[in-house]
Amino acid sequence: MYDLIVIGGGPAGLAAANSAWQKGLRSILIVERDKEAGGILNQCIHNGFGLHRFKEELTGPEYAARFIDMLKETGVELMLDTMVLEITAGRQVHVISAKDGYQVLSAKSIVLCMGCRERTRGAIGIPGDRPAGVFTAGSAQRYLNLEGYMVGKRVVILGSGDIGLIMARRMTLEGAKVLACVELMPYSGGLMRNIVQCLNDWDIPLYLSHTITDIRAENGRVSHVTVHKLDENRQPIPGTNLEFDCDTVLLSVGLIPENELTRAAGIQMDPRTNGAVVYENMETSVPGIFACGNVVHVHDLVDYVSAESERAGAAAAEFVLKGQREGEALELKNGADVGYTVPQKIRAQAVEKAADVFFRVRRVFKNSVIEISDGEKVLASFRREHMAPGEMEHILLPRKILDQARGGQITVSAKEA
Amino acid sequence: MIDVAVIGCGIIGAAAAFELSKYQASVAVLEKENDIAMGETRANSAIIHAGYDPKPGTLMARFNVQGNAMTEQLCKDLDVPFARIGSFVLAFSEEETATVRTLYERGVENGVPGLQILDGDEVRKMDPEVSPEVVCALYAPSAGIITPWEYALALAETAVRNGVELHLSTKVTGITKIDGGYRIETTKGPFEARYVINAAGVYSDVIHDMVAPHAFTVLPNKGEYYVLDKSECGRARHVLFQCPNQDGKGVLITPTMDHNLLVGPNASSVSGPEKTGNTAEGMAFVREKAAKTMPSLTYRNAIRNFAGVRANTDKDEFQIAVAAEHFIDLAGIKSPGLSSAPAIALEAVRLLGTCGFRPEKKADPVLTRRKKRFRFMSEEERKQAVRENPLYGRVICRCETVTEGEIVDAIRSPIPPCSVDGIKRRAGSGMGRCQGGFCGPRVVDILARELGISPLSVLQDGAGSYILMSETKKEAQD
Amino acid sequence: MKELVCIVCPKGCRLHVDEENGFAVTGNSCPRGAEYGKNEIQNPTRVLTSTVRITGGAYPRCPVKTDRAVPKAKLMDIMKELNGVTLSSPVEIGQVVLRDAAGTGAGVVVTKAL
Repeated sequence: MYDLIVIGGGPAGLAAANSAWQKGLRSILIVERDKEAGGILNQCIHNGFGLHRFKEELTGPEYAARFIDMLKETGVELMLDTMVLEITAGRQVHVISAKDGYQVLSAKSIVLCMGCRERTRGAIGIPGDRPAGVFTAGSAQRYLNLEGYMVGKRVVILGSGDIGLIMARRMTLEGAKVLACVELMPYSGGLMRNIVQCLNDWDIPLYLSHTITDIRAENGRVSHVTVHKLDENRQPIPGTNLEFDCDTVLLSVGLIPENELTRAAGIQMDPRTNGAVVYENMETSVPGIFACGNVVHVHDLVDYVSAESERAGAAAAEFVLKGQREGEALELKNGADVGYTVPQKIRAQAVEKAADVFFRVRRVFKNSVIEISDGEKVLASFRREHMAPGEMEHILLPRKILDQARGGQITVSAKEA
Repeated sequence: MIDVAVIGCGIIGAAAAFELSKYQASVAVLEKENDIAMGETRANSAIIHAGYDPKPGTLMARFNVQGNAMTEQLCKDLDVPFARIGSFVLAFSEEETATVRTLYERGVENGVPGLQILDGDEVRKMDPEVSPEVVCALYAPSAGIITPWEYALALAETAVRNGVELHLSTKVTGITKIDGGYRIETTKGPFEARYVINAAGVYSDVIHDMVAPHAFTVLPNKGEYYVLDKSECGRARHVLFQCPNQDGKGVLITPTMDHNLLVGPNASSVSGPEKTGNTAEGMAFVREKAAKTMPSLTYRNAIRNFAGVRANTDKDEFQIAVAAEHFIDLAGIKSPGLSSAPAIALEAVRLLGTCGFRPEKKADPVLTRRKKRFRFMSEEERKQAVRENPLYGRVICRCETVTEGEIVDAIRSPIPPCSVDGIKRRAGSGMGRCQGGFCGPRVVDILARELGISPLSVLQDGAGSYILMSETKKEAQD
Repeated sequence: MKELVCIVCPKGCRLHVDEENGFAVTGNSCPRGAEYGKNEIQNPTRVLTSTVRITGGAYPRCPVKTDRAVPKAKLMDIMKELNGVTLSSPVEIGQVVLRDAAGTGAGVVVTKAL
């Protein structure tokens, strides 16, 4: 019986395990499906990681190495090349590997750190032929950075999420011609820094409020892409078509938390995040099972994943060493122009000083205010000069504000100041 | 000179080859694509129809009902996923109620077992998400769902194990009559055969015209589909049809054997058999029509679109006949072709007999097939599988829980795949919600390793569908 | 007058840099923005990240980066030089694979132990 089993050895899992060790757990196992720890960071060879956490700019593999090195100082076990098939609410973990076969492991606590996957062509229904040459940006990144293969020479990128932008630069540096980056929304979902350094630096045009309306194939491979400008209802405007001769389409159209194991364990899910509903300490609806990182909600920066995961790891340690947190939970609701909140529930009684709350706004804001209310009166407000859907917002809700809430709920909303 | 050449290895060619492989005859199957089941067979509604739809007295009616009855045992023997889940034809108006009655009577005349007309409430009791607007429905308990490419693979693999030669990437370019048979020119050289079976699907008119006077014209007709995630599978418990109209059987909603939900098709005539692209209009049409059957349906969890081209012809009937001396058409096989396939194969053997070809049965042909599917194994079976072969302990496709063992088994199967989609059709990897995003690169690796080729040579699917273009850091090598 | 978007923080101020007037910056809302605008027009620099060949490692490519920001105009020249590099496993983070890349004075270092 392990004190803690961490599902996934990416940035979330590494931070959670390390933190649980620091808080006193001594029998910890990380189960990782890949042949090495570090998760997606291993293929994110660009820099920009760690500014918050380490106050310096690291590449993905360097950021991962910092945490892997920390773990080497602990007694945390790492089980690689092993897939988790099932997790039960009774905290049993079914795993399988070529080396050790099928095993059923038991744990006093579990932290779910499975991360997320990329949305695909099928999820967004791009019309046209279905040839080779359509990749999610992350798959192309793996081929390029880990395995040393170019997936194409003439590229159109759909979606201006950060992975797509980073790949625009990487493909260009390796000799490909990136013809366009096409974004459905009137604003980019990526960081400004990536727009400048990955697109503008290389004269790659960004078409906002545009989308791919047709993909055509020749001899089994992408040969042509049609792009249209969209009206305010996101419908293609006739006559605005742009035609691109290309061999490759990269998709950077969003990430989806990977929660098959979570659902199968009967853990309560939140349709707004596609992740588990969590309490202030990242505990799910099943006692002793925690979740953190992109499996709960998609983060912008790995630094935030690490911080959240350290809280989850510490909470797992608290659960094992001191027992479950008590108290009535406040429900957090998303109000005007707020898409979701994490956590969705706060046990005020268990909050020492303040509770971290993360959320995303639904549109771009300048000079705005985040308002916290209990439905009757405004309990607190936070000023923001700038907010955008592509940037996760964070506030700290002090215990005394939580204690003031009446009616068992708190609403987070955004509006112009 | 061989005894029989079968042109085309879709479900019809595969079924014919399987049936012929039970006899002491030399048989070759010529397939223009790099894998079997690459046309209509892999892109259709995946339904084994009950048989109330075709007009009584037609070959379509006869072979559909007969084929349906044969499918269950065949699928058991060959380990093909098949389930007789039953179907509804839904009526939304008095006019459609009349159609349902007509179909009922037709079905009874065709010999379809167990037909009933149920009222709307009875239908919704059996399938709760069906629209409240439905007033009644024809219930056909013998209708089923199947994995069509696996069906064709099972038949063709078993045929190959019985000695049938399968020639892939072998396109027939001309056929000439020679003494005692035919000379078939192909892109892989000539073949000589005493008898020829034309099972060329959407190209069956072209093949027919090489030998016999023009008799029918294929009018390629495209149907587009949505595949929804497993989370949506439970929305339909039966195959949900609307009343048929002049364009076909209309938009249906059905669970699949892989526990997805399939929605479609539309019907639009296209200029050529290869025009299998999806269109915004076609997809919108499917959504609109499906909403009538199931107002609660959403596409948030769509995982793929596809389209297939039906081999409709200018005749409303299968073109099954001795078309010339020693030349048999199994042509113009549109819906219900998949359902009819085993019966059509029997008919092909009978027609060969009328041409004077009556070989002896083999003493002990292979008639069964078994396949390991990790995802459907119990915990005990999984433990056993990984003990026997450690590769069953490495899960490659997360969404469908497909192991490296199954992928390597597929590569070593009687009809080895050469593409990532070929693996997908055999092992199921990449069929799920991430559509190969995770497993794709890993499958490329395994294929390259097992076949001893460079990853640069691995195909996504058909000829020319290269995945990778070049190595990086090329100049370091030069 | 040149226009550019500030990337110091997510606000994305539109900066105007007057080249004829001592690279005076307007449109910024903080001093860091002014500095960014000035540098970006006079001498834009970037850290380059890429890969090089490696033999005997878990993967056939090893990620690398320049050990400091280098002039933007030199990025492609450094990429060319990296084509000539082949490492053999094992390598450690920080190991230098190229000195004075494309005459910039910057080194190129390994970013993953392989």
